[in-house]
Amino acid sequence: MRGDAMLKKVNAGISHEGAEIAIKDAAFPSPFVSGLEYASPARGMWNIVHTGMLIPEAHEIFVCAASCLRGVVLTAAEMGAQERFSTVEIKEQNLLNGDMEELLIEGVSDIIEKLPKRPPVVLVYTSCMHHFAGCDLGMMYKELEARHPDIVFIDCYMNPIMRKSGMTPDQLMRSRLYMPLKEREKKENAVAIIGNDLPMMKESDLYVFLKENGMKIHEITSCKTYEEYQEMAESSVYISSYPSAVMGGDMLAERLGGIHFYFPLSYDYDVIEEKMTELAGLLGVSAPGFTGKREQCEKAKKEAKALIGEMPIAIDYTYCPKPLGLAKMLLDAGFNVQKVYLDAIIGEEKEDFLYLKERYPDLLLYPTVHAKMRFMAAKEPGDILAIGQKAAHFNNTKHFVNVVEGGGMIGYQAILQTLEYMKEAYLEEKDVRNLIQIKGMGCGGCQ
Amino acid sequence: MRQTARIISTCSADTFGVCSALFELGGMIIMHDASGCNSTYTTHDEPRWYDTDSMVYISGLSEMEAIMGDDTKLIDDIVDAAKELHPDFIAVAGTPIPTMTGFDFDSIAYMIEAETGIPSFGFDTTGMNTYVHGASMALAAYAKRFVKQDVEQTEHLSVNILGLTPLDFSVNGTDYAVETWLKEAGFEVISKWAMGSGKEELVNAGKARVNLVVSATGLGIAKVLNQMFGTPYVIGVPYGKKYGSQLEMKLKEAAGPEVTAMENTNGNVSAGSLDKNSLAGFDNSNDCKKKRKIAVIGEGVTSLALAEAMEMETGAETKVICVTECGKNILRGKDVMASCEEDVEEALKDADIMIADPLYKPICPDKVRFIPLPTEAFSGRIYRSEIPNLVKDLEMFVQKHNL
Repeated sequence: MRGDAMLKKVNAGISHEGAEIAIKDAAFPSPFVSGLEYASPARGMWNIVHTGMLIPEAHEIFVCAASCLRGVVLTAAEMGAQERFSTVEIKEQNLLNGDMEELLIEGVSDIIEKLPKRPPVVLVYTSCMHHFAGCDLGMMYKELEARHPDIVFIDCYMNPIMRKSGMTPDQLMRSRLYMPLKEREKKENAVAIIGNDLPMMKESDLYVFLKENGMKIHEITSCKTYEEYQEMAESSVYISSYPSAVMGGDMLAERLGGIHFYFPLSYDYDVIEEKMTELAGLLGVSAPGFTGKREQCEKAKKEAKALIGEMPIAIDYTYCPKPLGLAKMLLDAGFNVQKVYLDAIIGEEKEDFLYLKERYPDLLLYPTVHAKMRFMAAKEPGDILAIGQKAAHFNNTKHFVNVVEGGGMIGYQAILQTLEYMKEAYLEEKDVRNLIQIKGMGCGGCQ
Repeated sequence: MRQTARIISTCSADTFGVCSALFELGGMIIMHDASGCNSTYTTHDEPRWYDTDSMVYISGLSEMEAIMGDDTKLIDDIVDAAKELHPDFIAVAGTPIPTMTGFDFDSIAYMIEAETGIPSFGFDTTGMNTYVHGASMALAAYAKRFVKQDVEQTEHLSVNILGLTPLDFSVNGTDYAVETWLKEAGFEVISKWAMGSGKEELVNAGKARVNLVVSATGLGIAKVLNQMFGTPYVIGVPYGKKYGSQLEMKLKEAAGPEVTAMENTNGNVSAGSLDKNSLAGFDNSNDCKKKRKIAVIGEGVTSLALAEAMEMETGAETKVICVTECGKNILRGKDVMASCEEDVEEALKDADIMIADPLYKPICPDKVRFIPLPTEAFSGRIYRSEIPNLVKDLEMFVQKHNL
C-alpha cells in the first residue's frame, strides 16, 4: 500500500468559527450558513437505490449522465443487486438534439427486452437534466405503459437540484415505494408499517402492541415476493414513523383508501403515550397499559449513567431523525452530552430546540457538510461516546453506536434500546474506519 | 442499443477525473453540482479521502440559482471558503446542469482569482465524458500555469511520469513500482503527475529529458510539456520484463543519444544511446504466436501496455477494447473503441479470454474465459484489495491465470 506519509495534511489551524455554535446562539431552523459542501466518509444512510430495491422483484433503471450514474450503479453493485439495475446514459448530443424523451423510451424498452425475465415493476429514475430540459415525463411513462402493458412503471427521481425546493428526493422515493400497490379489499385487522428502510424491531412497543391486538402487520422490509408486497394494500391503517415518509403515507391513503397514521419516533414519555392511545382509538382496541414503563426507563437511564459517568457524548442526525430530542432526554437524565451534529433542524424538533436553548445553552451544535468540517475531524482518537456514524467520525472515537435512521426502534423501546446501545458502545471498541464507510447499513448486501 | 447498460457499471466521469488528478496538490476543488457528485467521488473514486485533508467540495447548486443564473452565490461561497482555508489554487469543475445552463467556467475562475489573488481554474467538464478527459485537462492546465519556464534540462537521463491517478493505478504501490523501475533504469524521476509529488517537484517538470505517459490522463500534459520544452514522450507502462525492456529502450532513445544515465540503485550505470522517438509502437511481431485471443478491456494506454506485454510473455494474440477516450494513433489497428455495453459485447465475439474488471463478468460470453482485473475507474472500491500491482507482479498474474 502507499505510504501514508505521502498523503500529507494540506492545511491546519482552521478556526471553528461558522462551523461550531452554542445552541443559545443558534437560529432555527438553519443554525449554519450554507456554502460549499463537504462529504464525510460516513455512508451508512440509505440512498434511493437501496430504498427502491425494497420492492420485491422490481427492476431499477436510471436515466442520466455518467457522473450521476456512477454513484448509483456502484451502490447497486455493492449491494449485490446488479441483476436488478440498469442504466441509460445521457450524452451531450441528446441535449443538443432534444431527443431525451426518445432516448428514455427506447433505452428503457431496450433494457426490458434484454432482461432474462420481465419484471412486474420497473422504477424509472429521471434526473435534474430531464427537469431542466422540460421533458414531458407524463408522455414518456404513458408510452412505456402502452408498449409494456404487463409492467407497472413508477416515476422515480434522482434530482438533487430540487432538494431545497418542493418534495426532497428522499420524500419522493419513500412515496414511490407504494405506488405499485393495487387497490384490494381492506381488512380491519391488517396494518402496514410504511416508509422505513429498516424493519421495525419486533421488541418495539408499537410492534408488540399491534401483535397483542391480533393485527396482521405488513412491512415492505419483510416482503419476499411481489405478491406478498401487493398484500400490503389490504391494510386499513398505514403507520409511518419517519418524517420523510409522512407525505408518501398521505398519498397512499388518498389513493387506496384507509387511514395514514404518523407515529413519530420520540424520546418523550408524554408523546409516546399520547400516540399509542391515539392509535389504539383508531384501531378500535384498548390502549396499552403504560404502568411501570416510565419507571423502567428511568431505572435504565440511571444504570447507564452509572456506567458511562461523565464521559462526553456526541450525537448526530444519522442515528435518528430526532437528535435534539435524544439530547434533551439524555441531558435531563444527567448525561454529559456536549455536541450535536446536524445541518438543519426539522420542524418537529423546534420545541426541543427551544427547550435545550433555555436549559442547556452551552450545548454545541456542529454542521456535517460545512467546508470547515473537512478539517474538524479529530486527528487523535477521542475519549468520547458517539451516537451515530458522523459523530463517531468527527470525534475519531471507537466508542460509538453504529445505527442509522432510527434502527427500527420506536416507543419506550427506543429509549431502552438506545441506552443499551450506549452501554455497549462504552464497553466495547468498534472499527470506526471500516464500519462507517459501508453504504446503506442493513441493506443486506453491502460491504 | 447504444447508451444503455443492462448490467455493467459505468466509468468514472470527467468531473471526478479533475478531482483525482489535482487531489494531492493542495488546491480547493469545487464540483459545481447540486448534490451527489461529492459522495460519489469520495466514496467510490477516491481511496485517499479518509486519510487526507484535501479540499474537494460541491457547490450545492439549487434549482433557483441555476434558473436565475445566480453565479454570485457560488463565487461568494468559494471566496469565503478560500479566505479561511488558504488553498494553493482553486479549481471549479462542471457537471451536467451547468453544462445545460451554459455556465462560463473561465470567467468565473477569472473573477475568483481577481477577488482572492489565488490562481484559479475553470474546467468545463460535463459529467458526460470519462475521467480520462477531465484528468487530462486538469493536469495540462496545472502544468501550463505552474511549471517553470526557466529551467534547463538535466545532463543525465531524467523523466516525468505523466498520468498517475488511483483511478488507473489504485493505491497499491504501482506508482512507486513505476518510479523504482525508472530509477533502476538509470533515470532521475523529476516529477510524478500527480501521485506522490508536491508542487515543488511538479514545477521543475521542464528539467526532464523525456516524459513517460502511463495512462491517457497524461496525454494532455505530455503535449503541453512538448510545446513548452520540446520534451518527447513515450507511452507505456512497464508491465513485465520483455515489454519493460523495450519501453526502457524507447525512453532512452527519446531522451537523446548523448544522455548518460543516473546511477541506479545497484550502483551500475547504463547509457541511453539511440535516436529520439516520441511514441511507443513496439515491434513484437516475431514473438506473437497467435494462439489464444485475449481481449483486454479498459483504459487505452494501460490496456495497450498490458496487451503488448501479454503478447510478449505468452505469445497470445491480443485486442484492446478501449472504453475511455484515447489519443489518436495510440491503439493498434486491431484494437477497438467501445463506448457502451453493446460495443463491448460485439468486440468480444472472437475472444477466447477476456481480461477485465469483475463488473464486466456478467457480459462475458459462455465460451470466453474471464480473468478479473479490477480498476478503481470502473468498480470503485469494491475490489480494491484485489487490484494487482502489475508493474511488479505481471509474471505472477500470468502464472496465476495460466495465460
